[in-house]
Amino acid sequence: MAITLKINGTPHEVDVDGDIPLLWVLRDVLGMTGTKFGCGQALCGACTVHLDGQPVRSCQTPVDSVGDSAITTIEAIGKTPQGAALQKVWLELEVVQCGYCQSGQIMSAAALLKDTPKPTDDDIDAAMSGNVCRCGTYQRIRAAIKHAAGV
Amino acid sequence: MDELVLKEQIADETEMSRRAFLQGTGLLLGFALTGASTESVFAAPASQVVENEVTGAFAPNGFIRINPTGAVTLVIPMIEMGQGVYTSLSMLLAEELEVKLDQIQVQHAPPNHALYVNSIIGIQNTGGSASVRAFWTPLRQAGAVGRNLLIAAAAKRWNVDPATCRAKDGVVFDASGSKHLRYGELAKAAAKLPVPPAANVKLKDPKDFTLIGTRAKRVDSSIKVDGRALYGIDTRLPGMKVAAVAISPVLGGKAKTVDEKAALAVKGVRQVVNIDETVAVVADHTGAAKKGLEAAAITWDDGPNGKVSNADIVKQLEEESKKPGAVARNVGDVGKALAEAAQRVDAIYQVPFLAHAAMEPMNCTVHLQKDRCDIWVGTQAPTITQSQVAELTGLPKDAIKIHNHLIGGGFGRRLEADGTILAVKIAKHVDGPVKVIWSREEDIQHDMYRPYYLDRLSAGLDAAGKPVAWTHRIAGSSVMARYYPPYVKDGLDPDAIEAAAEPPYALPNIHVDFVRVEPRGVRTSWWRGVGPTHNVFVVESFIDELAHAAKQDPVAYRKGLLGHNPRALAVLLLAAEKAGWGSPLPARHGCGISVQFAYGSYTSQVAEVEVAADGSVKVKRIVCAIDCGMYVNPDTIEAQVQGGTLFGLTAALHGSITFKDGRVEQSNFDSYLPMRIDEVPVVETHLIRNAEAPGGIGEAPTAIVSAAVTNAIFAATGKRLRSLPIDMDSLKSSS
Ligand code: FES
Ligand code: FES
Repeated sequence: MAITLKINGTPHEVDVDGDIPLLWVLRDVLGMTGTKFGCGQALCGACTVHLDGQPVRSCQTPVDSVGDSAITTIEAIGKTPQGAALQKVWLELEVVQCGYCQSGQIMSAAALLKDTPKPTDDDIDAAMSGNVCRCGTYQRIRAAIKHAAGV
Repeated sequence: MDELVLKEQIADETEMSRRAFLQGTGLLLGFALTGASTESVFAAPASQVVENEVTGAFAPNGFIRINPTGAVTLVIPMIEMGQGVYTSLSMLLAEELEVKLDQIQVQHAPPNHALYVNSIIGIQNTGGSASVRAFWTPLRQAGAVGRNLLIAAAAKRWNVDPATCRAKDGVVFDASGSKHLRYGELAKAAAKLPVPPAANVKLKDPKDFTLIGTRAKRVDSSIKVDGRALYGIDTRLPGMKVAAVAISPVLGGKAKTVDEKAALAVKGVRQVVNIDETVAVVADHTGAAKKGLEAAAITWDDGPNGKVSNADIVKQLEEESKKPGAVARNVGDVGKALAEAAQRVDAIYQVPFLAHAAMEPMNCTVHLQKDRCDIWVGTQAPTITQSQVAELTGLPKDAIKIHNHLIGGGFGRRLEADGTILAVKIAKHVDGPVKVIWSREEDIQHDMYRPYYLDRLSAGLDAAGKPVAWTHRIAGSSVMARYYPPYVKDGLDPDAIEAAAEPPYALPNIHVDFVRVEPRGVRTSWWRGVGPTHNVFVVESFIDELAHAAKQDPVAYRKGLLGHNPRALAVLLLAAEKAGWGSPLPARHGCGISVQFAYGSYTSQVAEVEVAADGSVKVKRIVCAIDCGMYVNPDTIEAQVQGGTLFGLTAALHGSITFKDGRVEQSNFDSYLPMRIDEVPVVETHLIRNAEAPGGIGEAPTAIVSAAVTNAIFAATGKRLRSLPIDMDSLKSSS
């Protein structure tokens, strides 16, 4: 079934079953590998993308449920003010280790800052606790979000 | 004024060589943001990690490639999996080569034992916290060889004595500073000069280091914040198929029934491959492959391990550990000292099987052809992987091309080639390249686990409370005996006893032995260290028990036993001081301490915990003092202390893999729990600076943290925890 997806401002047509998770359409069908697979069960946040600015787990998002929503991925989050600010601070504070979880971390953090420009620690906990980092970069993630938000 | 001119020249030349280098290597410019509408938009720096092999006009050794364009590529012998090794090893090279870190790009080394062996491990393996330790001297020598040759080439062109020239930021200057040549301009000429033996070149005095010891920026960060970094799982090749796999839930089992027809009916599914122990559904994309695998509704024949259970494994350890094992250390007369002691303390400690659960699930892409086999994977063990694939395919080793990748967390899991071997077995049945991806459930349930250990300890104290006798028997799997048998002599696995055979304390009579017990139906392996991850928990808990039996403060007691060991004493005292040891705490709060010497580094941690009435444990703060000798990048060390501590703490609080009916009972992050941002304590690092030989850092904080936490729980509740993970039910307040 042909489905048209609006990804990072560009329409893409794909021909897959409607119940295929958006994650695999992005990664395998369209070759946008910045969005990561970690658990497949909405437990780790590695696959986080934005649908109309809201963070969703693409591993649990059937591609036919996306409809007309605008999809934003890590490859383009730097075009938003929040994404750009976070990426810059991420480098300043040397947040990354293996880096595998970081696409998802930045996507969740960008959504947080869009809705809550001055987050508290509790806001950060609530927005970011769905994102697992096995390298344990949480301390720097928290510092970086605060830094980007100027709090 | 001269100096000012010189500085400007350098800046100018550097910019030029940088531009030349960027132009010369189109690969670096793989991603540029277009359509940027505001100034605040982040412009991604070019990638410094190159995937394709770079050959250089000037290649004086295995590590340096310099092109006439000015591109400086450093070939890094150890793989980057988050520990920062692409940066720290580049710093060693760049310090002596006299290039700035932003003038270089890095490339994964191909398998080549002769060029890239890790001298501590004896294999081209990334592990054992051994990268900086092993390459501290060789990479500086390699850099100095390169610099000497480039200077010699410039001196020859100018017809001056090389001793009058100097190099800085990729440029050679003559004595006056008026003449200069960029490395790129010298590459061809330098390549024609005879290469001096590495051992003969003079290295910088550490006091002249300008890069080593600084908080230099990681070379792999920029590509990890915008999705450009390529891990093995991101491999894409023309005509590539993707395979989802189901591995027999019981080790040694086989698929009994597979509904191939149903699998093939799924849109995008191309093929079902049924080999020993594993069924693979091959499709156009992972989504179809997974759907096909589900449709295949596989049933299993469990084979001989269908009854394996944790209870039986523990029972076996209890029995076997009653018998003496291979002696790791025997000093004095423990039997006599124990018999004559004023007080005796006995304990049994246990630690569970642990999975790695790295964020990047197991995966491997293979293209098997008649005369060659290409493999795209992130591996910590490229030469071992190459040999095993050669054996499996019957192809010569040099026909096995390992394209190594950044790893999304290794922790020892990628020291094993099992994922690659499985992928090659599947690829034998597939026409063209195939990427094999494990689900998270497969990754956790078919891991090779940190072994379950059971330890028996006894100590005798004299009237003053000092330990006069110490016996420690370790029983469990020997990873080394399987992985690298030559290192196991007379049944003694040097890893399994690390940090137990030589506790840091003065122990006049000590006996330590190891009983190898291999659990049936369970594969064991490395796990961010192995021996110390369990031994430090045991030794540091038991010494805490002795302090309590002696009615002494845990820090004071340890201090009294470390008079002969100044570096261990120094980290103990530093951690205690920075943590404010001894300050009064509210009820059910407590501080615990631990000390370790492992991986060549001295570490001490203080944990502060709060135990709620319902038994739940909140770790509020971790203070870590570390002496790892001369170090390369303090920022990387702090990052490793933070991350390594959380890796160990996660295991202490939540980590346990258990078996029932031959099957692993945990499957995903809802049953094998990772720590999350709302649960983690702040970790403080206090680094001791000295001129001792470099020590390892990646595994030390993982090994030390659990004892600090359980000792803190003892301080808070009076309850001694002798097994992990922490049993919170046992900590409920009775009041
Ligand atoms: S892969 Fe989607 S949440 Fe883990
Ligand atoms: S940086 Fe490795 S999992 Fe987060």
